[in-house]
Amino acid sequence: MAEVLEKEDIIINTMASLPPTSTKTTDQPAVKKITAESINCYFGKVHALKNISFAIPEHSVVAIIGPSGCGKSTFLRSINRMHELIPDSRITGKLTLDGDDIYAMDAVVVRKRIGMVFQKPNPFPTMSIFDNVSAGLRMNGMRDKKALAEIVEKSLKQAALWNEVKDSLSKSGISLSGGQQQRLCIARTLAVSPEVILMDEPASALDPISTAKIEELIYELKKDYTIAIVTHNMQQAARVSDYTAFFYMGELIEYDSTKSIFTIPKKKQTEDYITGRFG
Amino acid sequence: MDVSPELQKTVSPKSFSWNFGDTVFKYLTQFFASLVLLMILLMAYEMYASSSLSIQKFGWSFLTSSEWDPVMDKYGALPFIYGTLVSSLLALVIALPLGIGIAVFLVELAPKWLERPFSFTVELLAGIPSIVYGLWGFFIMVPWLRSTVEPFFSKHVGFIPLFEGAPYGVGMMAAGVILSIMILPIIASISRDVLKAVPISQKEAALALGSTRWEATRIGLSYSRSGIIGATILGLGRALGETMAVTMVIGNRPVIKASLLEPGYTMASVLANEFTEATSEMYISALIEIALVLFVVALLVNASARLLVWSFTRNSDTGGRL
Amino acid sequence: MEKFFFQYRTFKSVVMYGLCILSALIAVVPLVLIFYHTISLGIGALNVDFFTKLPKPVGEPGGGLANAIVGTMILVGLGSLIGLPVGVFAGVYLAEFGRNKFGTIIRFLTDVLNGVPSIVTGVVAYTVVVLPMKHFSAYAGGFALGILMIPIITRTTEEMLKTVPHSYREAALALGIPQWKTTLRIIIPAALGGIVTGIMLSIARAAGETAPLLFTALNNRFWHTTLNQPIASLTVFIYNYGVSPFEDWIAQAWAGALVLILLIFILSMVVRFATRQRY
Repeated sequence: MAEVLEKEDIIINTMASLPPTSTKTTDQPAVKKITAESINCYFGKVHALKNISFAIPEHSVVAIIGPSGCGKSTFLRSINRMHELIPDSRITGKLTLDGDDIYAMDAVVVRKRIGMVFQKPNPFPTMSIFDNVSAGLRMNGMRDKKALAEIVEKSLKQAALWNEVKDSLSKSGISLSGGQQQRLCIARTLAVSPEVILMDEPASALDPISTAKIEELIYELKKDYTIAIVTHNMQQAARVSDYTAFFYMGELIEYDSTKSIFTIPKKKQTEDYITGRFG
Repeated sequence: MDVSPELQKTVSPKSFSWNFGDTVFKYLTQFFASLVLLMILLMAYEMYASSSLSIQKFGWSFLTSSEWDPVMDKYGALPFIYGTLVSSLLALVIALPLGIGIAVFLVELAPKWLERPFSFTVELLAGIPSIVYGLWGFFIMVPWLRSTVEPFFSKHVGFIPLFEGAPYGVGMMAAGVILSIMILPIIASISRDVLKAVPISQKEAALALGSTRWEATRIGLSYSRSGIIGATILGLGRALGETMAVTMVIGNRPVIKASLLEPGYTMASVLANEFTEATSEMYISALIEIALVLFVVALLVNASARLLVWSFTRNSDTGGRL
Repeated sequence: MEKFFFQYRTFKSVVMYGLCILSALIAVVPLVLIFYHTISLGIGALNVDFFTKLPKPVGEPGGGLANAIVGTMILVGLGSLIGLPVGVFAGVYLAEFGRNKFGTIIRFLTDVLNGVPSIVTGVVAYTVVVLPMKHFSAYAGGFALGILMIPIITRTTEEMLKTVPHSYREAALALGIPQWKTTLRIIIPAALGGIVTGIMLSIARAAGETAPLLFTALNNRFWHTTLNQPIASLTVFIYNYGVSPFEDWIAQAWAGALVLILLIFILSMVVRFATRQRY
């Protein structure tokens, strides 16, 4: 009984304590770019997400941390409906983007508005760098060559890759180094001009220098986009994010400004995880 | 859209979003996939309908009568069924031990560098057209059987009914040998796959108990028994329907003889030989009924083989998929 | 005693493995012999005339099988018109949507269809095409070959599509590209090498088929003028010439067999090479 109470407590807590910086505007939905209300997700019989309520403020970076298998990736994927690729997946609750129900929209539209960068760089193998970046636009019917070239250049510049590849745009995307490939994937995501970018451990397969570049990039992108990043690297979360959410066993344990989470965590589990006592 | 609150709570993505292109694409590909099913139904229906004349006249006796007399318009398929079965079984008797031997060789003994070229060789053997086997069988193998192998059998084991009679060269034995060469690749390659699917722990356990290497292999073989049986039945399926090579070496005489040296006839070869010559409607109808019998047998044989192979390799097959 | 028993077991091990090696050697013998005989007996009649001239009547020396070679190409081409679309699309269905009961049934039936004797396919083509048209024709032969090609193309297409890493599909969908475009423009191009391999295998098989042509395409000693009439094929000519009593015809049959074998050999090499470099 005590446990149930505690769960509700957390939800109330997180709903109310939406990061300090935005507390004055919590009741104005415009700044909450994405909201989740009692999200439950199941894979077959596995209950992967338990009653998650959550909000991501616009133009901020939210880091989602937690031990492996805690549901952080699942949550991220449920935001742009990528979990639907997994058979037997089922979700209940309500997710909104600018107040619109994500699950009432066409999945394709949702994914255009909410882009995603994956753990391992995955440029399309049969396409050149240019074609990779422009793929999303071309395949949604954009034919104007000049406009495409402009967007490709802009996206590559935003992804801090332009200077390295501007002379070799026709080379295959997979000829680049791992770090470059990941920035290419970010550029590819930027090219369709999403409003939100989800990043699923984007730097975990990269070396430290590439990681630093990606982190810098995230900081830059914050101006124009809303970003949610899943990471198992707590230093990274501390460095790049404004707010941090701690997931454990499919539950959202604590959500607060990154500063408070890392300095004065309210929950013992959060503290234990951050100080390295488990996970 | 009016949706009850009950439904709204469990948000099912499919019911709310509808993407025209995806729907069209799915049903288009599904249509083509259904054609496979339709094709099999069409085959069954067409042959059944076109052989109704013969089915009505002869009934089940078509399968049990050995009288095949186009002049009198009397048709019984037993000699062909017999010839098909005997030549195919003979092929299995030869090919099965060889196929398993090759599989063991490839999985257990062959050095890494040899595995690819040897697999390639076996694949080539599978790729050679039936007609080339027929030509080779007719001009090279049959004379060799007539001059060397069959006289040897007549001389030493000729008292057994299986080997009595004059060595013609063409006949059941020639058909069995050529078929065994043709089904060897399928048996060898599937046996190799199922042997490879044996968990390494099985073998290690045996070796740890002090088994010799061969004894460990034996355990692997018995572990993959159902897969190898599946491979065998697939080989049988191929042998049953093989046409050109058999037609050229079996002698094409609709008789039932115990001896393997005697000529015979198979269901597939009678179709190849007599279909264009068939003049009366009943004749055509009887031939199509033979095709129908062959079809049904092939379906049963292949279905059971696939089920066996699938049930064995399923785990290793789908393990890597999401 | 125990020592003796162990020696016996070791001995048995050696003997059994010896038999395995022997069976591998035995398997190579027919292959070598078939190649040897086909080359040595076929090379003599393989000259320019063979590829450019029409068959000569009995007794007249020379001539070639030009019409039969072209006929085989036409028949295989007609077969491809049926086999390619059905095979590729059915394969795409199995790979993309086939994770259900219907998919399992179709997959199973495809394997079963692959086991249907080719002569039976010929009988069906006879009842479906020849009987209504009241005469033998290239169409009937092409129809029979098409049915034979379907299962090979379907299964290789499915297998090859499944080797494309899941991450490419995710990347494309996350860009807001609809699933059908993802399949057609990302997944299929990535698996194209393998799919083409399957198509070539099926072409090789169709080109080597005799039985289904015997009473569909029949044969023709002259150039065909329309597809609506009997048409020559290399395999049927090999059969007719091979069982004939005339020496130069038999020689030409061997030459035809040599052409077929070389075709198969080259295609198999290409296939080997193509499948070597897949993911």
